[in-house]
Amino acid sequence: MKPPLFSYIRPGTLKEAVEAIAATNETDEEVRILAGGQSLIPLLNFRLAYPTVLVDLNIVDELSLISTQDDWLVLGSMVRLRDAELSEEVIDACPLLIAALRHVGHLQIRNRGTIGGSIAHADPAAELPALVLCLGAQIVAVSTRGQRVIEAPDIFLGPFTTTLAADEMVTEIRFPKTTSSKTAFVEFSRRHGDFAIAGVGVAVAFEQDGKTVHEARFGALGVGSTPVRLTGAEEAIQGKELTDSIIKESAEIASLEVEPLDDIHADAEYRRELLANLVWRSLREVGA
Amino acid sequence: MRARPVKQTVECLDITLEVNGAEMHATVPVRLLLSDFIREELGLCGTHVGCEHGVCGACTVLIDGVPVRSCIMLAAQADGAAVTTIEGLSPETGLSSLQQAFKDCDGLQCGFCTPGFIVTLSALIPDDFPGDEGIREAISGNICRCTGYRGIIDAVRSAWGR
Repeated sequence: MKPPLFSYIRPGTLKEAVEAIAATNETDEEVRILAGGQSLIPLLNFRLAYPTVLVDLNIVDELSLISTQDDWLVLGSMVRLRDAELSEEVIDACPLLIAALRHVGHLQIRNRGTIGGSIAHADPAAELPALVLCLGAQIVAVSTRGQRVIEAPDIFLGPFTTTLAADEMVTEIRFPKTTSSKTAFVEFSRRHGDFAIAGVGVAVAFEQDGKTVHEARFGALGVGSTPVRLTGAEEAIQGKELTDSIIKESAEIASLEVEPLDDIHADAEYRRELLANLVWRSLREVGA
Repeated sequence: MRARPVKQTVECLDITLEVNGAEMHATVPVRLLLSDFIREELGLCGTHVGCEHGVCGACTVLIDGVPVRSCIMLAAQADGAAVTTIEGLSPETGLSSLQQAFKDCDGLQCGFCTPGFIVTLSALIPDDFPGDEGIREAISGNICRCTGYRGIIDAVRSAWGR
């Protein structure tokens, strides 16, 4: 298993990167952006992808910054997953992200894999895309045509497919701070570190009384052709206290509002039941 | 040392890197995997290639001190980096304390996966991985098909003084 032939370019700055991507697009090349490579290189090894040009972003330092701006945690697209996991700023601003990152592959994968790469790869069974929906993150993309901000509901189109244009690249992901919410992330996989069969992240903001749900957001993975926001399950708990019966109702609605696919790991019916169980567990955790 | 920009598309690249403490230069096809570069160009066959898609961990090396899978990284991306392989972790004579612990505790049978385990563990700070649960987390990215892991966990416990 060796990658197919391609040519390689390694821009030193964001401007050079954007120009390199634009130039290759004009010549009908099939360009792929090499971020951490933890999904792309396996795809090349299996010959499931045949790009003609790889644009390697690994020395574009300006894409590796972590900062907070007002109510947002801003992660550069080339921030390594492991660096985010260990970052005090991320721990303070968005503990849900930390909880999810611990489930992404293994240490060796997280040492290379990047935040932007994971989101642009758009694996429906991956953790970060589900959190984009759960938290309502914003994706900042640039091309030679300019910059645009893509809102969470507008980014994922299908398995491994996003609304990013061929000449666009992700520069930043902005996650809302979750300091005023209670959050939980739960998933189930056969072995720790494997892609999960299903999982869910939840962020719940409570009213002043600390019991009544003011707003809830769920982002689920492994239960459809994209990550899915569970709006039905959210509505079921809005304005209510998290009693056992309300949690059960929300979990049941979650299992009915998704369209899971059958695959070798689990059939659709199993995934529905699993999701109900995971929603139940996540709400027990935030309600505890 | 730091990789320089490559401003025009290339099929082959001149790279400068440090391998086990020695600086070296090479010209590599850009599609060459780091694992194949290490084994076939450098002749350092202690880095084993198992699954070739980033699952088994046998090919783990350190890049600037951090464990990564060399089968899903291009040799071109190691330009400017310090690479440490299992050969670089072994003393001139005898065994490192981790290697000795694996030997003493029957932490290997066929030995195919062992370099990946040793390289990964060599970069970790034991206090970050408390208890047996921590040891299991630390080695979760490496697959062993012989031992059932019990001997490996015993070895780590012994090497980390637990």
